Amino acid sequence: MEFLLQLALNGVVVGSIYALVALGFVIIYKSSGVLNFAQGEFLLLGAYVFWALVEGHAPWPYAVALTILFSILLGLAMERLILRPMIGEPIISVIMVTLGLSSILRAIVLGAWGSDTRPYPALFASEPIQIGPLPISRGYLFSMFTAALLLALFTLFFRYSRVGIAMRATAFSQEVAQSMGISVRRIFAVSWSIAAVVSALGGILLGELRGGVDGSLAILGLKTLPVVILGGLDSIAGAIVGGLIVGVLENLAGGYLDPVMGGGVKEVAPFAALVLILMFKPYGLFGKVKIERV
Amino acid sequence: MRSGDFRTSYEADMAVFDTALARWLLAGFVAALLLFPLIGTSFWLDVSSRVGIAVIAALGLNILTGFTGQISLGNAAFLAVGAYTTAWLAGKGVPFIIAMYVSGLVSALVGMVFGIPSLRLKGLYLAIATLAAHFIVAFTVVHWEAVTGGVNGISIPPAQIGSFTFDSDQRLYYVILAAAIFHLWFAKNLFRTRMGKAFIAVRDHDISAEVMGVDVFRHKLYAFGVSSFFVGVAGSLLAYQAKIISPENFPLSVAIDQLGMIIIGGLGSVLGSIFGAVFITLLPEVLRIVTGALAGQLPQLVQLFAALKLGVFGLTIVLFLIFEPDGMAARWHRIKAYWKLYPFSY
Amino acid sequence: MHRLEIDGVSLRFGGIYALQDVTMHVAPGELVAIIGPNGAGKTSLINCISGVYRPWAGSVRFDGRDVTRLPPATRTRLGLARTFQNIALFQHMTVLENMMVGRHFHQKTGLFTGGFYYGPGRREEIAERKIVEDIIDFLEIEHVRKKIVHTLAYGLQKRVELARALALEPSLLLLDEPMAGMNAEEKEDMARFILDVNEEKGTTIVMIEHDMGVVMDLSHRIYVLNFGKKIAEGEPSVVRGNREVQVAYLGADAA
Ligand SMILES: Nc1ncnc2c1ncn2[C@@H]1O[C@H](COP(=O)(O)OP(=O)(O)OP(=O)(O)O)[C@@H](O)[C@H]1O
Ligand SMILES: [Mg+2]
Repeated sequence: MEFLLQLALNGVVVGSIYALVALGFVIIYKSSGVLNFAQGEFLLLGAYVFWALVEGHAPWPYAVALTILFSILLGLAMERLILRPMIGEPIISVIMVTLGLSSILRAIVLGAWGSDTRPYPALFASEPIQIGPLPISRGYLFSMFTAALLLALFTLFFRYSRVGIAMRATAFSQEVAQSMGISVRRIFAVSWSIAAVVSALGGILLGELRGGVDGSLAILGLKTLPVVILGGLDSIAGAIVGGLIVGVLENLAGGYLDPVMGGGVKEVAPFAALVLILMFKPYGLFGKVKIERV
Repeated sequence: MRSGDFRTSYEADMAVFDTALARWLLAGFVAALLLFPLIGTSFWLDVSSRVGIAVIAALGLNILTGFTGQISLGNAAFLAVGAYTTAWLAGKGVPFIIAMYVSGLVSALVGMVFGIPSLRLKGLYLAIATLAAHFIVAFTVVHWEAVTGGVNGISIPPAQIGSFTFDSDQRLYYVILAAAIFHLWFAKNLFRTRMGKAFIAVRDHDISAEVMGVDVFRHKLYAFGVSSFFVGVAGSLLAYQAKIISPENFPLSVAIDQLGMIIIGGLGSVLGSIFGAVFITLLPEVLRIVTGALAGQLPQLVQLFAALKLGVFGLTIVLFLIFEPDGMAARWHRIKAYWKLYPFSY
Repeated sequence: MHRLEIDGVSLRFGGIYALQDVTMHVAPGELVAIIGPNGAGKTSLINCISGVYRPWAGSVRFDGRDVTRLPPATRTRLGLARTFQNIALFQHMTVLENMMVGRHFHQKTGLFTGGFYYGPGRREEIAERKIVEDIIDFLEIEHVRKKIVHTLAYGLQKRVELARALALEPSLLLLDEPMAGMNAEEKEDMARFILDVNEEKGTTIVMIEHDMGVVMDLSHRIYVLNFGKKIAEGEPSVVRGNREVQVAYLGADAA
């Protein structure tokens, strides 16, 4: 029982970070219909930039702020240089351009920092806090609450801020948005920036959880895909619920099946679940079903 | 001088290589490929064999993604299925040709199973379903040790027909060359007849295809089958060529490389599959030679090679998509059209 | 027996009814027009007949057979063909190839006979090509047969779409605004082709069209839809005189 709870809790913690990264996917998809396969590299780059700043003796709040700034610029640059020329191209080309982008970003990280693990500073005391029977590490608690806070903030942002409302209008219909005087291009740019920022923050949290960062962090971009599919590509609530489900699922699968199967179940379980879900609910739990017009 | 072309029967009008010149050029090119092992070093023989395998795999992917419009990130997985089937069969002493085609069939079957979601999924959602196929197959390969040898991999005895073994690089090169030419020819025919046209119709407008009497779902499944068959055959040849295979031969980046091949070469083009496979396979080799030559002046380049390789690949893809989105084949056709009427091209 | 019988068909999208209890029938050899203002449900009705949409209630019978639950491809095999309001050609294929897809279910060539291009596969491909060439002659599009369709002018693409539908050799042909966006000369040609198909080949035709002149000239009978409901039916002269139609459709001039 305790084991189960521990696994579930780990799942919730990791899941909330998945939700954060998934939010990045959903924001870009909702506004521009692009699935950004370079999301994991945004995360990787953010985590490394933060590490480099801290290494350079920046106090960590400043390091976070500068990482956010860097991510905003990164998102703007990517949208401007790479995505804008691709407007109107077939899906396969858009997928491929983000895959090409992911190679470039990974190459930059590899070239600049090599492939060794770079340790993160320990921000929290190492002895865990007891909650009921469960010992929980402070870093975990911090990550979970930060992720939850950020998710809440972004949800409010979409619901009430002017930019958020403009983004929702654009997602609903680009023509309608344009006719209301919203600059669709600016919305695309904003959504890429937000996606880069949430990914970088996810990367920092993950680095903090793991105690360091290395190239394998980029795989998180792919691992978040089951989350967005589960939740439905165009649903922010879906991203959050999906993130938690996948986080818990993979930890349970890993905890109970890995010893039996000899490892790797944790990684594959979300994808196996994904195939099943797609067979029965092709647009995820919250995605919209559309009947095509001819 | 050639001045356009005129034909007198439907038969002649429907030929693949439509002029005598085209046929002569092709014959010359094939002759050069046949003579190549006599002069090529073993390094270049190895590279050319890998190009040949890549051509078949890229062609397979192009059948599904370029011609039928079903985006697949599962190509490394289907390649692995073909390779491991061959490893297993060859270990049991099954002769080469049979092993190769059974591998194709097993891969086709697996491909069709993972194609089932295409009944309801399109575009991005399907791409992600095939990504799931990749991870599920990769998991199976690592864990089904009795057949695959797990992470340690498995070795493959040389290809064999009767008492003749293809145990040298030269012999294997010819096998791969023959297989590549045969599958290219088959694909070319396929797309000028009924099933191939139905594939293209599904890609261009699926609702319209259905209304024209094409059973769209069935043809998507066929496309998954035919495509994975080609890829499985490529996987089989890869197993024979590599002699030892392990999960490291089939990372996701292989699937992405092959998508890169068909994008750069030309989606929905048999010729483009060749261009793209040659280009993407040669790219790192050329890069290696260049960095090797520059290592004297810039020794740090050697350390940066991995990053450089990755970055150049990504940059190539992005630049092609922005500046030559129809791929090399389209450019080739434009040049050809220009020369056809030369010097009255305008 | 009727060629086409539609009985009490209703269709909903979310809250709105695109079609509400529509009933109509078409006899073999007839040329029937469906008219109505924008958004009246005309295209939705054609979609229900061809199987692109599944009606929410009611039935569609084709040559006496209930086809309501059959997928579009199966209906096509039974003899139904259609064109689309917004051109739905296979944009990257040539005119010839588009039409060869129309021969798809008449052919048998499979993976191997096609891939090896020998014997039966090769013979069939050549025989089918002859059938397609006859239609090309009939619609006077010889000069573009090898052109990729997206390079053709709009009016020509509309004609190619008719050619592709005719390649199916249908007994019932559904045309969704075959003359939309054409100039007067192109319209005249198209009207002549439609009439020829109906009279020479004896093909039954159901046509949606906004051009009243064309509709009154060509059609034997007319159905009028408004807000998803059938509001009138009958011969052109009868429909023209119908008060409700004048208000709903001809709008300002009539009032
Ligand atoms: N796939 C769909 N999803 C949602 N609503 C639809 C869909 N297809 C049609 N509708 C709605 O059904 C109604 C009827 O549309 P339909 O296209 O049948 O009209 P129409 O008579 O063909 O009009 P037009 O003359 O403009 O072509 C419209 O309100 C339309 O918005
Ligand atoms: Mg309409």
